[in-house]
Amino acid sequence: MNLAPHLPALQVVVPLLSAPLAVLLRRPTPAFLVTTLASWIAFAVAIVLWLDTGRGPAISYAIGSWPPPWGIEYRVDRLSAFVLLLVSGMAALILPYSRASIAREIPRDQHYLFYAMFALCLTGLLGITITGDAFNVFVFLEISSLSTYVLIALGPDRRALLAAYRYLVMGTIGATFIVIGIGLLYLMTGTLNLADMANRLPEVRHTRPVLAALAFLTVGISLKLALFPLHQWLPNAYAYAPAAVSAFLAATATKVSIYLLIRFFYTVFGTTAVFQDLPVSEIIMGLSVAAMFAASAMAIFQDNLKRMFAYSSVGQVGYITLGISFDSVTGLTAAIVHLFNHAVTKGALFLLLGAVTAVCGTALLSRLAGLGRVMPLTSFGIVLGGLSLIGVPGSAGFVSKWYLILAAMEKGQWPLVAAIVGSSLLAIAYVWRFVEVAYFREPSTALAARREAPAALLVPAYVLVAATIYFGLATSVTVGSAAGAAALLLGGAR
Amino acid sequence: MSAFSHFSYFVTVFLMVAGLFIVIARGNLIKKLVGLGIFQTSVYLLYIVPGKLVGGTAPILDPAFTRYSNPLPHVLILTAIVVGVATLALGLALVVRIREAYGTIEEDEILAQDGETPNGDGPGA
Repeated sequence: MNLAPHLPALQVVVPLLSAPLAVLLRRPTPAFLVTTLASWIAFAVAIVLWLDTGRGPAISYAIGSWPPPWGIEYRVDRLSAFVLLLVSGMAALILPYSRASIAREIPRDQHYLFYAMFALCLTGLLGITITGDAFNVFVFLEISSLSTYVLIALGPDRRALLAAYRYLVMGTIGATFIVIGIGLLYLMTGTLNLADMANRLPEVRHTRPVLAALAFLTVGISLKLALFPLHQWLPNAYAYAPAAVSAFLAATATKVSIYLLIRFFYTVFGTTAVFQDLPVSEIIMGLSVAAMFAASAMAIFQDNLKRMFAYSSVGQVGYITLGISFDSVTGLTAAIVHLFNHAVTKGALFLLLGAVTAVCGTALLSRLAGLGRVMPLTSFGIVLGGLSLIGVPGSAGFVSKWYLILAAMEKGQWPLVAAIVGSSLLAIAYVWRFVEVAYFREPSTALAARREAPAALLVPAYVLVAATIYFGLATSVTVGSAAGAAALLLGGAR
Repeated sequence: MSAFSHFSYFVTVFLMVAGLFIVIARGNLIKKLVGLGIFQTSVYLLYIVPGKLVGGTAPILDPAFTRYSNPLPHVLILTAIVVGVATLALGLALVVRIREAYGTIEEDEILAQDGETPNGDGPGA
């Protein structure tokens, strides 16, 4: 039997099946093996799909052989293939890490549930990315969200419970806003297939329900991607979740929501509806700049390192949405490249922070003086990741900020260029706080007795650290894919 | 077209806003979930109501009928109801765990125990 035509379905079905299998197996090791294997298969499938879409047209897959627009369609184009690659790659790397990391955070008899939830979360995120059906987006969104709430609540601190509860409330409001938006679009177009919807929308573009749908979708998705000021759920959720979960969420969950925003803005509504009929561009631009400054400034004053980098995530999301708001090929390229680069950087940072908490039992900066001497490799990795957040040349963060500045100059928006550079200075401030504490202070006696983190934690983290450097030097993969996707998205809309 | 023809939409929007208001205004974690439930339920109405055509019949092809109601929204909302039940169940389970950990389900008392301000920032963070 030839599996090649069914790869889009396997992309989602393999991780989905591994979740109940992990529950049935119950024992930690088999559950770990099943879910890890599933994530590696998903990654392999994503690589094949990415190579295929790089060469040829978008792949359309009719679930159950019901042709679109009647049946549910899975659609892989250059953008979704790129995001699939990112999400499955992160899962394939973080799952092996999680085995050593959750041993200290979650009771052993709950490990199989962790793996099952992780696999479900991966399924949901891959599903959102690959599906071409609006209601299916909501279903996968809820699969990933519900499993995320559980994963956060598994955190060792009791504050994780409240963080998970708050995220549940905010996330459900966001998801319900998205359903309202999709419902209004369905009322006006009579279809749920995204491509079909895009064809039918121009006729009803100026009607109030369509504009309301755009507003509901924008707000709902912005809640999920933590656009300032809708980010309140994020810092605590990242800070108190288990280390592997923080890393996975920071690297993928908000990024998939950004993908969804791009998909609705550029494919479904089309740029004329979004950027000319409503002042979406101005609103998002303003909020993005606010995020870049306010969230980065908040990050400076955090004592908990995980919270610091969580606030930094909110700021970095601002750069991505700023790129989206430009409505130009360069801006969209910058957004997609930064989506990828920031995911890699933040993934690396949160994995390293997981190593810090695993060894030292805390992520509070005030108790980590002299960390650079106790855990040299981990600290050095965090500094490298921090350099990428700042956007130092040679790191991945530089590439995306470069394109973002190019896009701003293309529009003649010199104040924005200044804002991008100025907010990067704030990133220097919070990264410097870590450098100062880790390298210029004497370790306390309690800390001096600790040793470097085990290889099981360091190796996956350093793969990502190496990736931040690699994608800062060799940009053909990231910029190539992003530019191709951006040209396609804007070309299709006009 | 009278105001009454939009009656169902008025109900939908009323429930939607009432639910959202409860979520924001109440500090009791269970009451917040009740509000969330009302908010989600209002969306079910938004989908189901337009599916019914006046004089429309069940969508089984028959020469005697020409107007059919649309069955698809009902199916969609069945899925959404399942999602809503799962969300509510998970939310309640979290509240049970929060009560075990803190001994209260009032948000301000929980935050006071952790030494945090309502924004989630503070020395305990």
